[in-house]
Amino acid sequence: MEAFGLLLHGFAVLLTWKTLVLMMVGLVLGIFVGVLPGLGGPNGVAILLPLTFTMDPTSAIVMLSCIYWGALFGGAITSILFNIPGEAWSVATTFDGYPMAQQGRAAEALTAAFTSSFIGSLVAVLLITFLAPMISSFALKFGPPEFFAVYLLTFCSFVGLGREAKHKTVISMSLGLLLAGVGMDTVSGQLRMTFGSAELLRGINFLVAVIGLFGISEILLTMEERLALRGHAASISLRVVLSVWKDLPKYWVTLLRSSFIGCWLGITPGGAIAASFMGYNLAKRFAKDPESFGKGRIEGVFAPETAAHASGTSALLPMLALGIPGSGTAAILLGGLMVWGLNPGPLLFVEHKDFVWGLIASMYLGNVVGLVLVLTTVPIFASILRVPFAAVAPMIVVSCAIGAYAIQNAMFDIWLMLGFGVVGYVFKKIGIPLAPFTLALVLGNRAEDAFRLSMIGSSGNLKVFWSNGLVGSITTLAILLLFWPVIDGLLGRAGWMRRAKPASN
Amino acid sequence: MSQTDLEIVVDDPTAPEDDSPSVVSSGTIEICVCLLLLALAATLGYDNWRTGASWDSTGPEPGYFPFYLSVILGGGSLYGLIAAFVAHRAASESFVTRAQARRVMAVFAPTLLFCLVMQFLGLYVASFLLIAGFMRLVGRIALWKSLLTASLFTAIMFVTFDIAFDVIMPKGPLEAAFGY
Repeated sequence: MEAFGLLLHGFAVLLTWKTLVLMMVGLVLGIFVGVLPGLGGPNGVAILLPLTFTMDPTSAIVMLSCIYWGALFGGAITSILFNIPGEAWSVATTFDGYPMAQQGRAAEALTAAFTSSFIGSLVAVLLITFLAPMISSFALKFGPPEFFAVYLLTFCSFVGLGREAKHKTVISMSLGLLLAGVGMDTVSGQLRMTFGSAELLRGINFLVAVIGLFGISEILLTMEERLALRGHAASISLRVVLSVWKDLPKYWVTLLRSSFIGCWLGITPGGAIAASFMGYNLAKRFAKDPESFGKGRIEGVFAPETAAHASGTSALLPMLALGIPGSGTAAILLGGLMVWGLNPGPLLFVEHKDFVWGLIASMYLGNVVGLVLVLTTVPIFASILRVPFAAVAPMIVVSCAIGAYAIQNAMFDIWLMLGFGVVGYVFKKIGIPLAPFTLALVLGNRAEDAFRLSMIGSSGNLKVFWSNGLVGSITTLAILLLFWPVIDGLLGRAGWMRRAKPASN
Repeated sequence: MSQTDLEIVVDDPTAPEDDSPSVVSSGTIEICVCLLLLALAATLGYDNWRTGASWDSTGPEPGYFPFYLSVILGGGSLYGLIAAFVAHRAASESFVTRAQARRVMAVFAPTLLFCLVMQFLGLYVASFLLIAGFMRLVGRIALWKSLLTASLFTAIMFVTFDIAFDVIMPKGPLEAAFGY
């Protein structure tokens, strides 16, 4: 129970007035960001990141992760009350959440959503508490070839398992890796792809790209749509909360199943979106009366919300233990770690105990405080949507500009942000996924360094990636995943032929 | 609890019409993007090849990793180009309608101006102008509301970033006059 002692230490780090205040500020800002149209988890965290530049890393990560929890909670408010999913992973919540609000059971639906978010996160945090230290101590034995193999696995699983057209994922990923290489080469000190420009010497900052890709482009996309909305305002009374909680044990199978799906999909880069749909569909399939789903059934809120939040939280596990983010937001938090001068990876658990355990403790505390906060303040946050978008949009633009400038104090970054805004808008509209781009941009340099170091170590022999059982199996798995659609097709055909043969005899 | 069920209604008077004609099809944009990416891949590939994309005694040269990435990017875009050409007739769905394009430009043009003005007047004056101008001209919100919101927001940003958190933003003549 070493983890338990360290966790208590984390709570001790956390329980100072300053940290608690930052936590509340983070949660409120996060719910704000989650409720507002045109902003969401990753954008909010990216835009608010500059606030933390002058803080110590522990306060900074506590505030940022609370913004993230807040955004996760906030997304549910708009999907239930207004039928507007603030995030793609809240889409499944609208299926039953909005019908419930229409029937005048909005308070019940909101309580169910918040409670199940809380349960989902809690399961994932428990997993992180006990699994992350083990994985990281195992990963301490990793050398450059192992790390490169893990990076390769991450990239390949995006291509092989993603739902988008394969060539579009490949384009997005290679573009991200290329842009990560712009500037000074870290191994040889030579300049690459700068074309004599002094501005490009610094390289293309990951956070600037994220602010443009998600913040600016999201505003452009939001403006395209009809922004009229009508929805239910609801306040939650203690009586409703208690009656929902009393029924909670009845749904333990759904909650457990969704938590499991969420944790699994969160660790692998599949993400919260897939998790929420899968949670919903499985709850529907295993229900005695599947037709009642979609008409305002409380289980239809429990299932996707638990899965989405379990996955959103467990996406932080590979980030903490290996330095590989499992989601867009985790990638931005990883970018934050580098800004604060920490080196993400397994050494984090050894060198920065306060930081890691402070973060894990803040996940527990942030979720409890967040739950109480959203339950009591829903009406206030729902009324934020009365603010016209014409007032919100320019404020978001200004916040994006502040964020982009503050990272390196460079005017050039403002233009870069604008450029990435346009790129993000076009890419989203023609179906080129942005998540692989983000991941590639943040991991690019580390992946390249790992590759080159292993090449130097083995004097240029590619067999180093199969030199021992561990690295060999990771590399093989990566290549299998890359060609998974092909293999899956072949297996399917082989199985079909085998079944067809006895039938014809 | 149905007594507390008041509705929140927000209208959008300038919403894009649904029957607005399409400006350009998705297929055309896809071809353009693929061509641009192909050009980018060629440029970066050439630059990396010039830097050195082979192996020397110490391992791969600096251009090695990015050179092969340019090749992958080029391959992906070429595939995308062919796929877009083959499916051109099928992918004739609209990329953006005229009404949508007008709305997008209504945000993009002010944002571009904002970035330009920031170079000369500093971030805070530019934000004030952007917020007040956008609310008044695009959102058709009452002038006093626009001015009040803009000055409040700008003031809060200034206090939060420049004073409380020491994150220094670009400034112009106005701030200089006040001694910042």
